[in-house]
Amino acid sequence: MLNTNDILETIKMIQDENLDIRTITMGISLLDCSDSDIDKACAKVYDKICRYAENLVKTGEDIEAEYGIPIINKRISVTPVAMIAAACPDKNPVKFAHALDKAAKAVGVNFLGGYSALVQKGFGPGDYGLIQSIPQALAETERVCSSVNIGSTKAGINMDAVAKMGHIVRECAELTADNNCFGAAKLVIFCNAPEDNPFMAGAFHGVGEPDCVINVGVSGPGVVRAALAQAPDANITEVADIVKRTAFKITRMGQLVAQEASRRLCVPFGIVDLSLAPTPAVGDSVAHILEEMGLESCGAHGTTACLALLNDAVKKGGVMASSHVGGLSGAFIPVSEDAGMIDAARCGALSLTKLEAMTAVCSVGLDMIAVPGDTPAEIISAILADEAAIGMVNSKTTAIRLIPAIGKQQGEEMEFGGLFGSSPIMDVNRYSPAKFISRGGRIPAPLQSLKN
Amino acid sequence: MRAVITVIGKDMVGILAGVSNICADHKVNIIEVTQSIMQDMFAMIMMVDISGANIPFADLSGELSEFGKKNALSVHIMHEDIFNSMHRI
Repeated sequence: MLNTNDILETIKMIQDENLDIRTITMGISLLDCSDSDIDKACAKVYDKICRYAENLVKTGEDIEAEYGIPIINKRISVTPVAMIAAACPDKNPVKFAHALDKAAKAVGVNFLGGYSALVQKGFGPGDYGLIQSIPQALAETERVCSSVNIGSTKAGINMDAVAKMGHIVRECAELTADNNCFGAAKLVIFCNAPEDNPFMAGAFHGVGEPDCVINVGVSGPGVVRAALAQAPDANITEVADIVKRTAFKITRMGQLVAQEASRRLCVPFGIVDLSLAPTPAVGDSVAHILEEMGLESCGAHGTTACLALLNDAVKKGGVMASSHVGGLSGAFIPVSEDAGMIDAARCGALSLTKLEAMTAVCSVGLDMIAVPGDTPAEIISAILADEAAIGMVNSKTTAIRLIPAIGKQQGEEMEFGGLFGSSPIMDVNRYSPAKFISRGGRIPAPLQSLKN
Repeated sequence: MRAVITVIGKDMVGILAGVSNICADHKVNIIEVTQSIMQDMFAMIMMVDISGANIPFADLSGELSEFGKKNALSVHIMHEDIFNSMHRI
């Protein structure tokens, strides 16, 4: 018989500490849907998604009921649409966004990612048109998410794309100004984008992936914090060990759900993403883990060190618990989606510069950060370039999801609601990087890329 | 298929009987029971076989939660694998 304490521990994690499976994401390749007639291509895209994902939501709900573990989101990622749109270059790719949105609604998923382009080394056919259409696509659709990869360790940073994306982020916010600038919250700009990431808004189905695949993202910051709270006087070696053990348990749950979903849907299992993904709910915060380690507030000096330890220990604990690990895997630090980050930003303990330092050691980057509505496009581009440089040099994924709060100023708040939470508007450095951004060209790949 | 039923709450007369009755009504076989009382908190864990159950898992789970709600107890039924995978390598 199972050990009583083990059983009670699991129940406590789920009931009191917000342990959940954050997402089951089905990756679907659209490479066989391209057609020089955009209407035919859109019909193929819609049909394929509906055919493959027909039972995704139902299967997720069945597993949730049977295993008693909450599965918060069921989602879909698709091949970067720029590749499909390349076959019909003179048409507005927004039609694809509408087809994707319709398919997402038909199968009942809450988000679908992949309105994306990969331009780290330059713009291929279809890329520029798609990027140009992102603001319209995100304003006119509800569930479609978009991402653009503008740099990588192997390719360097495409500064033309960086300059362009500053304007695109602003336009996304402007077109959805009456809806909390939500368009910008559905757009992620990456350096070293992973091709099997199950988390939105940056999920897309890479070209090296199989036709269809199941990826699972786990969560559980509350569980890690609760485990640390049991050992208030542990030294840092012990703290790392506690995080590792807890991450192992959380990931085992993800592995079980991933295998079960894969079996029931007859779709190959791809990866488990070992992420600590916070929500605005009390007790589900990454910032609170850092505070549990001994910081008065997230953002204090020492935050980067605590986050580095956390991020590393999560991976070490999780990697043995799953047969395939991938995606972003680590600790997320979105501001608006994390109760502790929101408080730290409100009281002034957490600034944009500290967040930038934290992104060098966390799993992603500057995420869900509201900046003043009058922030010029070139400043957004420059923030993006800084972030991409951190990712490029450290051979890690970095990303940006900034929301220019149109019509609002520093000190005011943005309310997104639900899992997206709320965010105080954070100030940016106003000295101009305009000349640097206007130069264009490409930052050469760093020495780290020459590994062969 | 085996599942684990957990009951946690304030000790009172008839908890074991109530849960066992629900199991018997639905042809769920009880394999093993452990229970402990710490101060006045009652914690019972039952390993059951639900292969012969005459209602779907979700309905059984609903009925148990309903029993829990009526008696101010927290009652859950979960697939055995979730515990095996989390606590055994």
